[in-house]
Formats: sequence, structure tokens, C-alpha cells
Amino acid sequence: MGDMAKEAETGVEPKADALSRQASAAEMEWQEKVLKPALERSPERQKTFTTISGVEIKRLYTPADLPDFDAERDLGNPGEYPYTRGIHATMYRGKVWTMRQFSGFGAPEETNRRLHYLLSQGQTGLSIAFDLPTLMGYDSDHPLAEGEVGKCGVAVSSLADMETLLQGLPLEQVSTSMTINSPAAVIWAMYLVAAEKSGAAWKKLSGTIQNDILKEYIAQKEYIFPPAPSMRLVADTIAFAARETPRWNPISVSGYHIREAGSTAVQELAFTLRDGIEYVEWVLRAGLAVDDFAPRISFFFNSHNDLFEEVAKFRAARKVWARVMRERFAAKNPRSWLCRFHTQTAGCSLTAQQPYNNVARTAIQALAAVLGGTQSLHTNSLDEAWSLPTEEAATLALRTQQVLAYESGLTEVVDPLAGSYLVEKLTLQTERACYEYFDKIDAMGGMVAAIEKGFPQREIHEAAYAYQRAIERKDKIIVGVNEFTSREQPINILVVDQSVAAAQGRKLQELRERRDHAGVQSTLEALRSAAATDQNLMPFILNCVRSYATLGEICDALRKVFGKYEEPAFR
Amino acid sequence: MPDKPIRVLVAKPGLDGHDRGAKIVARALRDAGMEVIYTGLRQTPEQIVNAALQEDVDAIGISILSGAHNSILPRICELLRQEGMEDVLLVVGGIIPNEDIPGLKSAGVAEVFQPGISTQAIVDFIRTHIRHKNAPAG
Repeated sequence: MGDMAKEAETGVEPKADALSRQASAAEMEWQEKVLKPALERSPERQKTFTTISGVEIKRLYTPADLPDFDAERDLGNPGEYPYTRGIHATMYRGKVWTMRQFSGFGAPEETNRRLHYLLSQGQTGLSIAFDLPTLMGYDSDHPLAEGEVGKCGVAVSSLADMETLLQGLPLEQVSTSMTINSPAAVIWAMYLVAAEKSGAAWKKLSGTIQNDILKEYIAQKEYIFPPAPSMRLVADTIAFAARETPRWNPISVSGYHIREAGSTAVQELAFTLRDGIEYVEWVLRAGLAVDDFAPRISFFFNSHNDLFEEVAKFRAARKVWARVMRERFAAKNPRSWLCRFHTQTAGCSLTAQQPYNNVARTAIQALAAVLGGTQSLHTNSLDEAWSLPTEEAATLALRTQQVLAYESGLTEVVDPLAGSYLVEKLTLQTERACYEYFDKIDAMGGMVAAIEKGFPQREIHEAAYAYQRAIERKDKIIVGVNEFTSREQPINILVVDQSVAAAQGRKLQELRERRDHAGVQSTLEALRSAAATDQNLMPFILNCVRSYATLGEICDALRKVFGKYEEPAFR
Repeated sequence: MPDKPIRVLVAKPGLDGHDRGAKIVARALRDAGMEVIYTGLRQTPEQIVNAALQEDVDAIGISILSGAHNSILPRICELLRQEGMEDVLLVVGGIIPNEDIPGLKSAGVAEVFQPGISTQAIVDFIRTHIRHKNAPAG
């Protein structure tokens, strides 16, 4: 513990593992007598080898690469600080990860049918995708929604849509994850009210709202309001959840989209955890004590093709977050130290060419997530470089997880790669690189300031461009794209019914006619007034939702007070 | 090769914010010696055509991943015709199924770049297909 404390004081990572110890006499003899002649006979395929993120990988890792490695300090035991080996003592021997396939398209009725189908096929948690108008806080009949209703997810414009979406689902039994960010408070309020009306108690609801606005500014760009009021909305939901929904995760701090935007593994980890730090700071400023909300902060990572780099990332994630929470924020409750995370295989790795190859890619990525100790997992479908998945493709993706869970032997042992010279070395390197980014961002004044300077955006773009160039030079091979190409038959893809928009528009029209107009106006007015103060907005948003004010109306009320965000120009 | 650099407007219409592709293409075109104007996110067809007019570009590159291409692209083509800008080369990249390509081409889209395309192929296509404003037609 003494060493850890010293490091924490100076804020520097242990430098010991930066340098490898000199190789043993036996290894040096091997280099001279075996390796050298082998290299002379047949040189290696490349001068240098790198991970998909461009990190150099040596030929061989030995004990010399881990000179100061201390299993007790660097790994600990599973279920104990610093949780490198996993957040539970028994991991998947106790309970297999939650298989949570992200799903949503068309009208609420269609997605409701898909959710029931997935549960009937053995899926253990729900995960709902919303369409772009919903993500941007517009109703289905807004002019900007044209052509986008129900395309990338389900259209939900009001409590009535949410009630349809959740019809007949056992909300006290399943956990529901909702991928919604800028208008997360509104969609969550709709979920809470719909659950309440179906007889489910808030205290028994479990699930997650993504609610991670920082990565929207950084990567996915589905933002509505400027950073400060957006962060206030996040803090309001976290504070509300701490009081009202003890089993709900009010935020899923997400690296997934950062990676999809082209970041390296280290950038994904560092920006995500630094976002997490930013949220903790904002909620602390709102007056909560760290242990009152930190246990409900959850994370969401990407799992890309490079197996060992990914496993190291997941292990480093737990270790860094545990230390951040314990040392930077002085959290006392061990639940506050846990980096609990969902993983999705890398959508950006899917190829439109030879789409069946995506099944193999996804299986390897899923393997990395499981070796990395994920709590839940989404496996992508083979057709997703083209469209949302067909039912057959989505089922095969779920079956891939079931094969991993029940046939491979993976679940029988905790953290099976621990002690691998390579994986331990990569874990230490990832951890150190992550702290280096923290230092840079701290020096800029935090993540909001860094975003306003365009720092993470620029770092990600540089990495994305470097990767694209590596592919075009064939420094990195993508099977079926820049090597091993072939002519192929097109696959069947899902076509979303074009009549969704008109049907959603009609429903909205009817809703606006039948609801109590004065009631809607008064709840919206109350929300506007409260938004101008520093009161928690959740109760006001819940009242708007109960009166059947629409998503667009509620977001418009907030736009009036908060304004809209435009990102700095890209040059 | 013409003396005057080729001017290209890279635009991202619709509500989608995934701009990895648009930014990579913009940079690759720039690295290939073209002058690139990137509109930023969530531009309406009217804003895009207006920007193309103001910037006097030779080509417009649209990035669209959300599936809204069949609504957005024909509208851009129509506005280009209204402005008498048929000589501006219009290309699109993104997640566009094969079935939709003939319709887009007949609306006036010169080429559709699907996932996996190299930036070099995009550069080459623009170089060989633009009609420089000042150059004689044909």
C-alpha cells in the first residue's frame, strides 16, 4: 500500500515497468544460439509488428518484461481491489454474463414484438435502440425527421409510444438498457411512468440509460444542448436515481462510440474513464456524497479485433477506475470502486464485403470481452455493415454468445489470461498510457474544457486517419476488403417499412387532440421555469410526460432555456 | 491535370452525427491537393446546395449512413437543377444498399461509394469526372 500511496501523491504511474529487466542468461543464450540463426535463415514477415491501435508488439514476452510485477499489488484477487481479475470472486462460475442484444426499429409495436422474440430465445436482458429523431429530441412528425423515422432504431415520441414499446414485458424481472443520451432524462421519465402504470415499482426496476453526453461531443455527435446544461441534466438524473431507483444505472459511460469514431484502444479507455471522472466531479458539486451515487455508475466498451490488446484494456479499465475512485475521490464503499461494464463487439470492424466473415470477427471480439470480464455483451450481426439485422442474423449473433458461454469452457475459470507475460505487460502499458491522457486533460481544466478545445476529437481523427492509411497501404489486412477479395452474392437485408413515419405522425396527431391541452401547457411552463433555476429537473420532466407532452415539446421547452450546441469547425 | 485546384464540398445531411468517414474523406481529398470545404453536421439539402453555390465548387461529396439517402439525395439533385448547377459532380458515400443505387443514379448522383472503398478510389473518380467551371465543356 505504501508504494501506491506515494504514486498517488505524485500522480505519476510506476515507471518500473517502462523498462524491461535485462534478459536472463538462458534467454540471452537462446537469442544467440537459436533466434539469430533462425532470423538469418528466414526473416520475419515484417520489420515491426503492431496491434490494431498501432502499439508495437515484441516477438516474445518473458519474465524480463515484468521486472517489478507484483501479483498481489497489480492483480489482487477477483472481487477485491484493484479488481484487475474481475469484479466478482467467482465471475462466470456464479452467473454467466448478461446476453443483451441491442434492438429497435420501426414503430414501437414492431420493436415490442422483437423484444418478446429475443426473450423467448434465451436473451437475458433488453436493450433498446432509438431512431435518430428520438435521439435528437424531435417528434416523428418534425420536418427534420423526414426519412429517418424508425430507421436506426425505434421511434418514441410520447408516453403512449413507450407504453406500446413495453407492452407485456416483465419489467420487474428483466433489466432494460436504453441507448439514449441528450434527451435521456425525458425517455427515462417515460420508462418510469410507463412502468408505474403497468404496476411495476420503481424500486424494483433495473436497467441502464446511456445518458453519456460527453462522448456525444467527442465522438457520436448526437447532442442537443451546450455542455453545461447537458451536464446538469446528467447530474439531475444521477441524483434522482440515487433517491428513487436503487437498482437503476443512471449512466453508462461509453467508450464504444469513441472507438467507432476511430480511436485507439488506449484513447477509448482514457477518454471514457476521464469522462467518468468529469461526471463524478459534477455530481459532487451538486452536493451528493461520492458513495451515494458512484456504485450506480456503469461503463460500456467496444471490443475490436485485436484479442490481447482488448483483454488488456478491459483489465486495465477495472484497475484504473478502482484507483481513481478510491484515491482521487476517496470513495469508501467498495461498490464505488467497481468498473462494471457492458461490451459490444466493434460495429466498425464489420465489412460489407463477404459479410459471413463478420461471424468470425464477432466471435473473436466476444471472446475478448469474456476474457476481459464483461458483465454483459452484445454481439453484432453479420449483416450490420448494410442495415439493421434481420431476425435470422440477430439470432445467430445471440447463438454465438451461447456457444461461448456453454461450449467453450471459458466460463469455468476466473481471469484465465492472468500471468501471461504479454497480457500483464499490455495491461500495465495501457494503464500507464491512460494516466498520461488523464494528466493532459487535467492540465486543460477537465474534459469539458478539453472538448471545447477539440482535443479528444482531434486525437481520435488522427488515429482514424492513420488506420485508414494503414489499410490502404495494406499494412493492415482486412479479409475480403483489401486482401482475399472475391465476387459474391448479395445477402438479404432488413428493409424498414416506409409507412412507419406516416403511422407515427397520425398517432401523434390523435394524441395531441385527445390530451388535456391546458395540462400539457402548464407542465411545460413549469419545466421552463425550473430549468432557469438549479432545481432537479426530473420531477418536472416526469410531470410533463404524465400529461402526455411529447418528446419534441419537452426538448423544445429545454432548448428555449438552454440553447443549442454547435461544434467548433473541423479544418 | 488542371492548374486550378479542384474544389469539393463535403457535406453531412440528416440527423446522423457519425462523421468519421466524412472527415477522413475530406482529409484524403485535401492530401490529394484539392480544396475542401466541410459543412459540418446536420445540413439540410437547401444549406448544402447554397454552400456549394457560394463556394463555387466542382464537386459535392455527401456522407450518409442513416438510411435516409432516398429522401435526401433526390432533393439535393432537384435543388442543383433549380440553381442551374448540373455541372457540379455529385457523389455519395455511406451505407447504401445495391438496390437503391440505380434510383439514385437516375436522380443525378454520379457515383455511390459503399463501405470498404479506398479514399484513393474516391480521389481518382473525382479527378476523372469533374468538369472544371472554366474549362470548355466536353
